[in-house]
Amino acid sequence: MPRWKIWLILAITLLGAIYAAPNLLPNNLFQQLPSWWPNQTVNLGLDLQGGAQLLMKVEVEKALGDYYEGLTDSVRREFREANIGYRDLAARADGLSLTVRDTARMNDAKAKLHKLDPNLNIAESDGKITVKLSDVGLKQRRDQAMEQSIEIVRRRIDETGTKEPVIARQGTDRIILQLPGVDNPERIKQILGKTAKLSFHMVDLEAAPDSLVAPLGDQRLPMQEDPTKFLAVKQSSLITGDMLRDARTSFDQNGQPVVSFEFDAIGARRFSDVTTQNVGKPFAIVLDDKIISAPVIREPITGGAGQISGHFDTQGANDLSLLLRAGALPAPLTIIEERTVGPTLGADSILAGRNASLIGMGLVSVLVIISYALWGLFAVAALFANMIFIFAVMSLFQATLTLPGIAGMVLTIGMAVDANVLIFERIREEYLNGRTPLAAIDAGYARAMSAVVDTNLTAFISALALMSFGVGPVRGFAVTLVIGVITSLFSAVWLTRLMLMTWFSATRPKHLPFLKTSS
Amino acid sequence: MFKPIRLIPDNPNINFLKLRWPAITMSSILVLISIVLCFAPGLNFGIDFKGGLVIEAKFQTAPDVAELRTELNTLNLGQITLQQVGADASDVMFRIPQQPGGDAGNQTAIAAIRAHFTDRVSEYRRIEAVGPQVGGELIKTSLYAVLLSIGGTLAYLWFRFDRGFSIAAITALIHDVALTLGFFAIFHLDFDLSTVAAVLLISGYSLNDTVVVFDRIREDMRKYKSKSFLEIAHIALNETLFRTMMTSGTTLLVLISLFVFGGEVIRNFTIALIFGILVGTYSSIFVATPVWLLLEKREKK
Repeated sequence: MPRWKIWLILAITLLGAIYAAPNLLPNNLFQQLPSWWPNQTVNLGLDLQGGAQLLMKVEVEKALGDYYEGLTDSVRREFREANIGYRDLAARADGLSLTVRDTARMNDAKAKLHKLDPNLNIAESDGKITVKLSDVGLKQRRDQAMEQSIEIVRRRIDETGTKEPVIARQGTDRIILQLPGVDNPERIKQILGKTAKLSFHMVDLEAAPDSLVAPLGDQRLPMQEDPTKFLAVKQSSLITGDMLRDARTSFDQNGQPVVSFEFDAIGARRFSDVTTQNVGKPFAIVLDDKIISAPVIREPITGGAGQISGHFDTQGANDLSLLLRAGALPAPLTIIEERTVGPTLGADSILAGRNASLIGMGLVSVLVIISYALWGLFAVAALFANMIFIFAVMSLFQATLTLPGIAGMVLTIGMAVDANVLIFERIREEYLNGRTPLAAIDAGYARAMSAVVDTNLTAFISALALMSFGVGPVRGFAVTLVIGVITSLFSAVWLTRLMLMTWFSATRPKHLPFLKTSS
Repeated sequence: MFKPIRLIPDNPNINFLKLRWPAITMSSILVLISIVLCFAPGLNFGIDFKGGLVIEAKFQTAPDVAELRTELNTLNLGQITLQQVGADASDVMFRIPQQPGGDAGNQTAIAAIRAHFTDRVSEYRRIEAVGPQVGGELIKTSLYAVLLSIGGTLAYLWFRFDRGFSIAAITALIHDVALTLGFFAIFHLDFDLSTVAAVLLISGYSLNDTVVVFDRIREDMRKYKSKSFLEIAHIALNETLFRTMMTSGTTLLVLISLFVFGGEVIRNFTIALIFGILVGTYSSIFVATPVWLLLEKREKK
């Protein structure tokens, strides 16, 4: 074995031990490590440390519908300014359509639309214009809705005081939320279950309160406390939730919990204008298409602050102010998968995983040492080194260890032993066929390599396939398996060889410790 | 240090191949039965694929399962199965079918259970809810993974060995996977994501074992040019027997340790693997090699 190779093997082994140490040392020893020592440890999966994982679907189509809805307002304004006559303006979930009255103005109309959003595909037939977002525009809108949703989810979770949440996008329209240590995510689900779109509308006093159809330009909305009661309010909103600067729970003179809010500059000015012009009239505070309350404006409110009183309990007022502070979601979220693990199951699993691996390794060690004596001891040493390498690589890449991951680690023991068995059997055979000990060792390693590489490669291919569809805990399993196959190749081939060669040069044996059994 | 102890003698000279016809016949029948079992009664798909809920609750005092069942029926959550898990009788696992309301329905069911048992359950050890859409996707991705894995290893085998070896190895692999599925069907074990992982591992292991034997056959074909394929296969099987037993043995030791000490959560996974390793060891001797002999004989004509 060339000198550089020996040093390389030793260097890799040392590095492995250094990186794995923070995981394997007891806590009080870990504290005493010098500061240059790498301090990353393996992340424990939620199935081991306990916690909740929610997979949520963002109803992006809803956000697109809102976008087209908003576009109709802009179209009304722009076309009125430019004096373009139109009718049948309507927004749907996937587009917007209108008919231009004077076909001579068709090109002006298209130009206006294009100016509103250059990412619109505008099609025309018989004076009717259909507008849809182009693929680029769609992707932009979707991405924007996803980014906003993730940001709002993050703010809301932060407001609840949950520690170290993981919030990440998954695929085109999903958000994965991991909450370590949370074993009852019901409140968090409640908080994420609302889009929290707040708006202020004037109440239409002329509309008959019992009429089922709202007059043109109005919206018939249910009351929060009693969904069988409805009020007709103006469709266009005066002020929206994004103009709020702060919201807190406080108590009114009767000791009832209320939500106090403050507007930003724009909101304050508008609120002041609206309340000055409409003294004596009611306005509606609308949250997610339900009217929380509809108070009468007694006097102009110019201070830029106000109160929402809606027969809340303290929890309800706290939740609403939290939602208003964190902002509205661009689209509703649906929980499509939930996995929650309580703290005792997590602790049980860690203990079970540890016991199973230690006992498994013990049993294997006994069998290997019985079969190969001193050489078996080398193989067992390589096995333990392999465990250390797996921990080192996982710490280095900050991989997550799950219970199936522990199973994967334990299974790589089998793979590692297999490589050593193939090699030792080959050496034995070469030796019994009359080679000298040294030649037998060399030939054994060389000739066993083909089978060792074959077995490891086939295992590697199935592990990669597992990783490619890696969902949840199964991915954890595949990750440790992939790492384990690679590290076991190093420990079972290189490391044992180094040990064998060191033993050989130290003792210079005339015979290898193999008995010839009779057949 | 003591001398190594050979648990299996050198050149055991066991005539495995004498049994190749009975073995092939038996395996074919078992594969057929397994395939039938996979359709009737069918695999017992877990919530990962079917959607639905699994809740493991630790009660303050061990509940009476029959009473619990009548109580749960009042919640109208469909056909719930109850099972006491672990050594402690106060741990009960609820399996609740996919709710009619889809994702929202599953969430309502969780809330209903939590509200109903609020003062009697000390801890929810596990709550899993999978919606119908996610379940459908998981079926698809799992299928892709299995096909990808088998396709990948097949491509590798084709490149490393010739056609006869590849077909024989894949036959053994299909045999192992089919029997494992049949095993899950007949004992009504939960077939979930971790079982798919186990099936993939079994296919990897099955090939592993076969590849080592074939590697040896190929080498012996060059060594003993005048011997028949049957004799060569016989020699190769006996030469690799120790390694086969050793590898299966160590892997089984580890798996049995996982089965006994690894806890409830991964038990199904370890059962699948233990069965798969046993079948895989059998098939590399009694299926892969005989099929290879069959193919080679025909090609010689």
